[in-house]
Amino acid sequence: MSAMTSAKESADAAPRVRSRRGVHPLARFLFRRILTAVLLAWGITLVTFVLTNLVPGDPVTANLGQRALGDPAIVAQWRAEHGLDKPLWEQYVLHLRGVVQGDFGVSQQSHRPVAEDLAQFVPATLELAGAAIAVSLVLGVAFGVVAALRRDRLPDHVLRVLSLIGISVPTFWLALVAFYVFFYRLQITPGSGRVDPAIGEAPAVTGLQTVDALIAGRWDVFVSAVGHLITPALVLALYTIGLLTRFTRSAVLEVLGQDYVRAARAKGLPGRVILFRYVLRSALVPVITVAGLAFGSLLSGTVLVEAIFAWPGIGQYAYKSATTLDLPAVMGVGLVVGVVYLVINLIVDVLYGVIDPRVRLQ
Amino acid sequence: MKRDPLARKGLLGRLPEAWRQPLAVVGGVVALAWLVVALAAPLRAPHDPLAQELPRLAPPGPGHWFGTDQLGRDILSRVLYGARVSIPLTLLLVVLSVLIGGLLGACAGYFGRWADETIMRVADLVFAFPTVILAMVVAAALGASLVNAVLAVLVVAWPAYARVTRGLVLGVREREFVLSGRLLGFSAWRSLRVDVLPNVTGPVLVLATLDIGTALLLLSGLSFLGLGAKPPSPEWGAMVAGGVEVFDSWWVATFPGLAILTVVLAFNFLGDTLRDALDPRTARAIKERAL
Repeated sequence: MSAMTSAKESADAAPRVRSRRGVHPLARFLFRRILTAVLLAWGITLVTFVLTNLVPGDPVTANLGQRALGDPAIVAQWRAEHGLDKPLWEQYVLHLRGVVQGDFGVSQQSHRPVAEDLAQFVPATLELAGAAIAVSLVLGVAFGVVAALRRDRLPDHVLRVLSLIGISVPTFWLALVAFYVFFYRLQITPGSGRVDPAIGEAPAVTGLQTVDALIAGRWDVFVSAVGHLITPALVLALYTIGLLTRFTRSAVLEVLGQDYVRAARAKGLPGRVILFRYVLRSALVPVITVAGLAFGSLLSGTVLVEAIFAWPGIGQYAYKSATTLDLPAVMGVGLVVGVVYLVINLIVDVLYGVIDPRVRLQ
Repeated sequence: MKRDPLARKGLLGRLPEAWRQPLAVVGGVVALAWLVVALAAPLRAPHDPLAQELPRLAPPGPGHWFGTDQLGRDILSRVLYGARVSIPLTLLLVVLSVLIGGLLGACAGYFGRWADETIMRVADLVFAFPTVILAMVVAAALGASLVNAVLAVLVVAWPAYARVTRGLVLGVREREFVLSGRLLGFSAWRSLRVDVLPNVTGPVLVLATLDIGTALLLLSGLSFLGLGAKPPSPEWGAMVAGGVEVFDSWWVATFPGLAILTVVLAFNFLGDTLRDALDPRTARAIKERAL
């Protein structure tokens, strides 16, 4: 009931907003969201910088050998080389200027520009996380709808237990079990890496192995890449499948109780039409929001999964650079992952505004 | 004193329903069993969890029911002792995040203005990072130890409570019983404690119960990455990591992983039932039958 009155109010308010500012409300909505995202991105650079600098760990001891540490001249030279002798705020300004120009500094471990390292590793992770979120959306929404429609009956109870198991399994352990069972014992999935080394990779265009294989017209590479992708993607997706099942179920239940659904049923519309045109359309709005947030947990999960499947992505890179206190690399990873996450949630916010006109006017 | 009668009835009145749910019963029994294990491990464990005296990598069998690891330690004993490492730390972690996040969120909601802006923008920033990445950076920067891993998880865990508490406090701040308390001359602290707090506890408790599982997963994940418990310690995540090197011997990683799974699942069963019982939206949806 309250949702209906607020919808009515916003419908009345819409023409006024437009005439006063002369700007389409969706454009204003977009502008505000992008502004917030830019501010948050700046905040992310600040947080990564402060976190990696104000904490007790000393990059000098982590990167120089015992003998070099005993020589003050070498230590001083190393600090100057990496800009660590300047005051902290100056380091930050330099860091920020570099980031804006796409310069993330040089990794202290690999001695390569961090931007180069990231460009190499990010696509592999995006491919993995993208596949996982696609699987999660399809299965999670389907399971959630089934659970809601069969509420308090057997399918609902079974799906509830399964989805709770899904969000309770430790990802790193599941990855290990899946690797052991399907690769080592049953030998039905290919092993680690992104493609079969005997076949070789397709020439890099997008960095996404499956897409590159199709661009190059290499069917064998494509099949191998998909085969390598399936197990890690499913392992990674289990948590988000459980999450999305729960959210879709409650969103669908919420909509099923609305008056307009009852009206549609009273009109005698077939159940299929009610489900797809009336229920799913509005139930999917909160589900998409959750999916955007879940993408963050997928990006996190790659840290735990990539190690087991030897997937050459940003997760392994993040782990290696965090344990060696490779500050530029850690900052680069934090920044890129944070910004990817921001962009995804910006897209979700915009989608939300496009689907549901009420949101734009708040 | 001036508690909201509806909210009190809501929390306590609906609890008995929650306990009749089979999932909550299973979750409660399993969680309780693990607590007992954590307490009784020194009495019941068949071997010293650190002693390297058994044959190495022996498969499960009589004398060592979960097998032994690559150093000849009894895995059953290590899993039992692991409960003493992981469970108290996880509970402490959740209590601390409830206290810190709840207090900050209550201040943000109650005082508004710059307190609200400052606290919630910081919370937004933490939310802008995927949790494991941020926790990993913090843990790595602090140095690998179990205490630092707890601190790292704390950094990423408090904002959820701040957000929920802030929203709830905003909801009751302008209600008559809070305003009349203020007019009677209550200090802000007393007003928060006596009038606001009872209306906030229910949903925050549900969130905390569900968060126990998440916190344990994160904590053992950090240990798995080598950023938490140090090697001889029988921590479950670290034990799974040990199993990666010898994954031919499946039992080394399987049993500690199952321990994590059952604890997390038990608390999720409990939390999920509690949420259903206390959430007015699901309660309303359950009343209406459609399609």
